[in-house]
Amino acid sequence: MQLNIIEKNEIVKIEVQEERMDAHNSGDLKEQMLQLFDEGKCNLIIDLAAVRFVDSSGLGALVSGFKNASAREGSLKLCNLQPQVRSMFELTRLHRVFEIFASVDEALDSF
Amino acid sequence: MADQIDVDITVPNQTKYLGMIGKIGESLAHTLGYYQGDREELAYHLNLVLTEALANAICHANDCDPTKEVRVSITASDKELTIRVFDQGHGFDLQSLVKAKVEETAEGGRGVQIIFKLMDQVKYHRKGSLNVLEMTKHLH
Repeated sequence: MQLNIIEKNEIVKIEVQEERMDAHNSGDLKEQMLQLFDEGKCNLIIDLAAVRFVDSSGLGALVSGFKNASAREGSLKLCNLQPQVRSMFELTRLHRVFEIFASVDEALDSF
Repeated sequence: MADQIDVDITVPNQTKYLGMIGKIGESLAHTLGYYQGDREELAYHLNLVLTEALANAICHANDCDPTKEVRVSITASDKELTIRVFDQGHGFDLQSLVKAKVEETAEGGRGVQIIFKLMDQVKYHRKGSLNVLEMTKHLH
């Protein structure tokens, strides 16, 4: 999975550069987040602007990151969801779990 | 039956094929000339159902064994669309997966529940030496 990692002021932004997040590639995102947590970086913004499709495995990877960040007193926030990706969070009720923002700037301002 | 559609494809038991099979579902939604609903939504849902069912067959039923195969068949008429996913594995208890309560922050367990939300009829049964997950959606 192609991921761009950008760090600024103790907040790490991960841009997912894939059209699909599914059982084939979402393990890579999970691993990348675990590596960041091991380095003590636990305030994450996941930018999903490029993602057009997410399945239950993709959602599972994000939930894994959310739980690990929370357990380390950090947080994981999502931004730039395309409408159909947003609908997946509603279908699975995960929109009640995650903080979801319309833009990177709004997510940054919330820290 | 001019609008009858039949697709039958067998792929190796590898997750790299998920996107390819999902796209067939999207294309199908745009091919059903008589469908009156939200076509973009149907395209996403068919992509999702195929992805979830195939991932389930590859990773769970077939234990990620790359030497196995998964067969997918799709048939559509003006009234309904049926997707069948055949695995060569040991099978699983569909009903217990559906009834299981998935905690809000659980990492897994949502795949089969998504299929049940999006399709009207779901069955899993043995057919010869294979198992088949059969999912039907009414199109009217």
